[in-house]
Amino acid sequence: MSLPTADAPALLSVRGLEVTFGENPEPVLHSVSFDIRPGERVAIVGQSGSGKSTIIGSILRLLPGDGHITGGSILLDGEDLSRASEQRMRSIRGRRIALVPQDPASNLNPSMRVGAQIADALAASGSRSKAEIDRRVLELMTEAGIPEAERRAKQYPHEFSGGMRQRVLIAIALSREPELLIADEPTSALDVTVQRQILNHLQTLVDAHGTSLLFITHDLGVAADRTDRIIVMSEGRIVEVGTPAEILLSPQEEYTKRLVAAAPTAVAAVRVASASSAVKPGPILEVSHLVKEFKIRGQRGSILKAVDDVSFSVERGTTTAIVGESGSGKTTVARIILGLESATSGTALVDGEGITSSRGRQRRALRRRVQPVFQDPYGSLDPTYSIEKLIDEPLRIFKVGDRRSRQERVAELLDQVALPRTVAQRRPNELSGGQRQRVAIARALALHPELLICDEAVSALDVLVQEQILTLLADLQTELGLSYLFITHDLAVVRQIAHNVVVMKRGRVMEQGATNTVFESPSSDYTRELLSAIPGASLVG
Amino acid sequence: MLNYLATRLWQSIVTLILASMVVFFGVRQLPGDPALAMAGEEATPERLAAIREQLGLNESIITQYVKFVGNMVRGDFGQSTRTGAQVTDLVAATLPVTLWLSAYAIVVAVIVGVLLGVIAERFRGRWPEWMANALALIGLSVPNFWLGILAILYLAVAFGLFPASGYVPISRDPFQGIYHLTLPAIILGTSLAAVIMRQTRASMIETMKTDFVRTARAKGLSRPRVLFRYGLRNSLIVVVTIIGLQLGGLISGAVVTERIFALPGFGKLTLDAVFTRDYPVIQAVVLLITVGYILINLAVDILYSVINPRIRVGGKS
Repeated sequence: MSLPTADAPALLSVRGLEVTFGENPEPVLHSVSFDIRPGERVAIVGQSGSGKSTIIGSILRLLPGDGHITGGSILLDGEDLSRASEQRMRSIRGRRIALVPQDPASNLNPSMRVGAQIADALAASGSRSKAEIDRRVLELMTEAGIPEAERRAKQYPHEFSGGMRQRVLIAIALSREPELLIADEPTSALDVTVQRQILNHLQTLVDAHGTSLLFITHDLGVAADRTDRIIVMSEGRIVEVGTPAEILLSPQEEYTKRLVAAAPTAVAAVRVASASSAVKPGPILEVSHLVKEFKIRGQRGSILKAVDDVSFSVERGTTTAIVGESGSGKTTVARIILGLESATSGTALVDGEGITSSRGRQRRALRRRVQPVFQDPYGSLDPTYSIEKLIDEPLRIFKVGDRRSRQERVAELLDQVALPRTVAQRRPNELSGGQRQRVAIARALALHPELLICDEAVSALDVLVQEQILTLLADLQTELGLSYLFITHDLAVVRQIAHNVVVMKRGRVMEQGATNTVFESPSSDYTRELLSAIPGASLVG
Repeated sequence: MLNYLATRLWQSIVTLILASMVVFFGVRQLPGDPALAMAGEEATPERLAAIREQLGLNESIITQYVKFVGNMVRGDFGQSTRTGAQVTDLVAATLPVTLWLSAYAIVVAVIVGVLLGVIAERFRGRWPEWMANALALIGLSVPNFWLGILAILYLAVAFGLFPASGYVPISRDPFQGIYHLTLPAIILGTSLAAVIMRQTRASMIETMKTDFVRTARAKGLSRPRVLFRYGLRNSLIVVVTIIGLQLGGLISGAVVTERIFALPGFGKLTLDAVFTRDYPVIQAVVLLITVGYILINLAVDILYSVINPRIRVGGKS
């Protein structure tokens, strides 16, 4: 790998960086070297565990727990940060190198007013007066695109939406006009349209100030759209470095090729399963005129229509995707179908029967036929259970078979989701995210259901793993004639797996139809907006 | 917020009614006869009957309860069957002693506990943490009365730093009053301080690992600022809960502490009343403690919303 050559001297120069955690002799970063020149925008792309967050921790010297730098240097204008004192680092953090962190939900102090948190960053530099700081806070908030700055500065983080919180974090990072801004997956927790707004805004500000940008992301598309140079990382090593065009159009390394192939862009290979011929035709799920109203707490009489007159159906052996941003009501629809929530009006019928309207034996029978797979492969598996116990739990609840036959069924299910049978005796924390999601799928399949409700079932996974799970789901559909209702915010995933798509916004169906039709000739403005917000579409398309 | 307070008030009234029932019927299940206790061992049956008549003990238990509630609402807790003094007067004389003592003990416990907790977090794995942990262990495991006796022996008798016993009303002489209460308050607050220290430490360790603390450090903030404004502030919610839960222990601790330091407080009044089956006094004392509990819990809930804006009820979510 060649080091970047340039006329301008590097602002930040990382050389042979090696980081280890605790007593573990195996480093997490292996001799990582790269440069960032003044005004340059560099992306580090990699999956979870690739070491990209460790790089940030090293540069800011904020490594979690017992992580420490064991080799190499981090030169900022020639000064080695890896050997700087804590005192010295404090004067560099925020002033010369600032951070826009990943998750806007957890990165603001919940018990401190938003304005005060921005003021805090300003006050760290000393010199300014209180009035001056207050004025600057409002200026920064307005600059970051937060309307009514004066009023909102007095609010607490929980009164802000995710996108607005991220803007606050951007305001904090830019408050002292740093020379280098590190953005750590700054929008991965946000909806695509919000993501685009925030990234556009961030880019405008960075360009206007001539700030250098180190952009950390798992999303090749975002990296390609936003930066001058991409560094691809895997397992603590730099795999490949190049311009976005080089990386996306002519990747050299095997790993990069796989990453590019799996990149969740709108043009990714269509992998929709062909319907199994064994399946009898007709809809398995019929949702008609579904309405769900919530009373808004604290405001008497006001009602939120989370689901507003939603109708669609899922044909046997096919996949229907409901796509929408947060607050679109897609999850509420799923919860009503699963019988976890009751509808205000309208019906959701599985094979002509409604879970909410049925009782007792009939309801139990219906529950067996509709099974959920949830988003979070960490939160949805009880960590104290063995994998075998997790998968055969539905069998035990419904008193299916005896001990021996249940064991056989678990083994069979593990085969189906392509997990080695040996994992049966292990616990969830010993498995990776992708493996856990396979366990969740196996559990959902245990009772031979006909319909799987997958609520953001792949959103928490890295692209390569995501691709494997989607392939698995498609294979299972062909093999078992399953029907899927796929709830997602990710249009790329829809393209990959769904036969039909329902686009939702604020509780209403904006558009529905065959996936290809909707993607190629969207009829609503909202769908067009969603499609154009998919990162990476510009380069590959 | 007003809505919330109204709900809480209503709940409190129901709790009080239930508590009055438990107290009233519970006291009557105690072994022993108050008339006998009043009249003495050699009383004639006629004298006992007269006393029963006077105390209303001959009426049905329901009638007695209704009368008791009626009087209570008017603020009349009756007379001590032992001394004949008005129960309200007895309470008025002893309650301030205990309230001052408990309040002082809480203040001491919070200051010492939170400080040690923060120190333990800040110096994790080094000697200040071990010291703090050792102190907490001692505070939790050594009984109050033993610590009290040791304190009297060394701090009061041997070195004469504090008075060994006695009480000066704070309203009469604030300095002397606080001075006399210092040793008892430290002793009473020890176990609470230990619990608070352990909770603060655990909670701080969690909070200092959060994303927003890292972000605060990435802003270039000074260490104390991050520690107190970001770390401690968000750790205090657990601590406030603990204080609320531990106050019960504080009241029973006060009984013992008052004994050791010969303070004329509520604890002493309670003990004496129980030993002599002084029904009216016991009832008044237990009810007042219940009211105290309810008020403290309300205060804790309100404190929550001050510390944690997300709990503020009725606000926009």
